[in-house]
Amino acid sequence: MAETAPLIVRDIHKTFGKLEVLKGVSLQAQKGDVISMIGSSGSGKSTFLRCINLLETPTAGTICLHGEEIAFAQKRNGDRVPADHKQVERVRARLSMVFQSFNLWSHMTVLENIIEAPIHVLGIPKKEAIERAERYLNKVGIYERKDYYPAQMSGGQQQRAAIARALAMEPEVMLFDEPTSALDPELVGEVLRVMQGLAEEGRTMIVVTHEMGFARDVSTKVLFLHQGCIEEQGPPTEVFDNPKSERMKQFLAPKY
Amino acid sequence: MLINFNGYGPSILKGAVLTIELAFLSLLLSLVLGLLSASAKLSGQRVLNAIATAYTTVIRGVPDLVLMMLLYFGGQVLMNDFGDFLSDHFNIDFYVNFDAFTAGVISIGFIFGAYMAETFRGAFLAVNRGQIEAGLAYGMNRWQVFHRVMFPQMLRHALPGLGNNWQVLLKTTALVSIIGLADMVRLADVASKAVHSPFKFFIPVAFIYLALTAFSELFIRWLNQKYSAGVVRE
Repeated sequence: MAETAPLIVRDIHKTFGKLEVLKGVSLQAQKGDVISMIGSSGSGKSTFLRCINLLETPTAGTICLHGEEIAFAQKRNGDRVPADHKQVERVRARLSMVFQSFNLWSHMTVLENIIEAPIHVLGIPKKEAIERAERYLNKVGIYERKDYYPAQMSGGQQQRAAIARALAMEPEVMLFDEPTSALDPELVGEVLRVMQGLAEEGRTMIVVTHEMGFARDVSTKVLFLHQGCIEEQGPPTEVFDNPKSERMKQFLAPKY
Repeated sequence: MLINFNGYGPSILKGAVLTIELAFLSLLLSLVLGLLSASAKLSGQRVLNAIATAYTTVIRGVPDLVLMMLLYFGGQVLMNDFGDFLSDHFNIDFYVNFDAFTAGVISIGFIFGAYMAETFRGAFLAVNRGQIEAGLAYGMNRWQVFHRVMFPQMLRHALPGLGNNWQVLLKTTALVSIIGLADMVRLADVASKAVHSPFKFFIPVAFIYLALTAFSELFIRWLNQKYSAGVVRE
C-alpha cells in the first residue's frame, strides 16, 4: 500500500556550500492529500519543494513517484546529479509547479502559456490542448483573459492563470511554492479560493505557505519545518490547537 | 532617372550588389559564431569558456584591417601549404582558391561574431531565471527551454545591440576594397580616378550606404515590435 502512494520522499538532505539547508526531511502524500508546509523564512521549505521536482538536486535522499524512483549518479568531483535527463523530464511533467512569482512565460498569451507544455511536452494535439486550456481557464475564472499577456493582468489573475497552466498537465501531484506571497493582500483570497476548490476535488497538493488559515482549514496534514528539520507534523487541528514543540508554539504565538 | 555617371553607373550598382551580398553572408556567419560563443561562455564548461573568451578578446583587440589582410594573404599560403602536405603524404589533390570574397566574408564574419557574442551574452543574462525554471519544471528538455523560452525572450534584449552591430558591419565591408574586391567603394574609386571627379562617385556611394542603413533601421524597428509582444511599457 505504502509504495503505491503518489509521492514518497525520504530523508532529503541539501547542502549549499557549507550551509546545510535540509537535514533529512521526509514526506509521504496519499492520493487526495493536501499537505501544507509551514515554517519561518530560511527553514528550508521552498528548497524542499524544489528538490521534489529536481529544480534543486538533493545532496542525499530518495524521491519516488508512483513507485518510480529517481535515479542519481555521482559526478567525478563527488556532486550528485540525476542519472537520466529523460526520467527527470518525465517526472517533472507529472508534478506541476506553481511559483511564488508566477513565472508565466511573458512572451506568450495566457492561452499560449497553458497549451505550451501539453503540446510540446505531453505531445497532445493542439485542438485538444486548447479545449483543455479553456476548461481550466473557466475553472479558475479567467476565461475572458485568455488572449491577454501576463503583464496585462493583476497578480491574482496571473497566479490563477499559472494554476490553470499547472492543471492542464493533469498532474498527479501539484506543488505550490508560496503561491500567495507575492500578492497584494486583497488578491490573496481569489487564489486561495481556487486552491481550496482544487483540494475539495481531491487533488493531491503540496503547498508551501505562510497562510495559516489555509493550512488549518484546507489541508489534510501540516508539516512544520525549522532549520531544515521537521519539528512537528500531523493533522491541522492537532498541530495548530495542540502544538507539542516549543518552536511551533513560538511560531504560532501572536506577534504583537 | 538613372544618371549615366560617365558610363560607370551600372558598374557601381554591381558593386553595391556585391556589398550587400558580402554584408549578408558576413552577418550570417557572425550570428552563428556569436550565438555559439555566447552559449560557450555561459555553458559553465571551463574549456569552452576559455576558447570563446580567447576568441572575443583577440578578435576585438586587433584592427579589422590587419585581420583581413592576414586572412587574405595568409589564408592562401596556409591553404597552399595544406594542399602540398596532402599531396606529399596522402597523394590527395587538394587546392582551394582563397579568393578575396571568401576572405572578406570570413574575416568580417569572424570580427563581428566576437561583437555579436557579447551582445547575445548580455541578452541571455537578461532573461529572468524564473522563466527558464518554469520551462524546466514543466518537463521541457534543454533544447525546448532554449528555443521556446530563452531564445524569443533573449532576442528582445539583443535587438538594439544587433542592429548597431549590423550597421557597423555593413560599413566595414568597405574595407574589402583594400584587398582588391570590387565592391562599390572600389569601383567608385576607380571611376573617380579615371574621370578626376571624386564627388560624382563618392556622394552617390554615401547615399547608397545611407539608404541601406535607413532601410535596416525600419526592419529592426519592425523586429523589435514583433519580439516585444507581452511587454508593457511603463
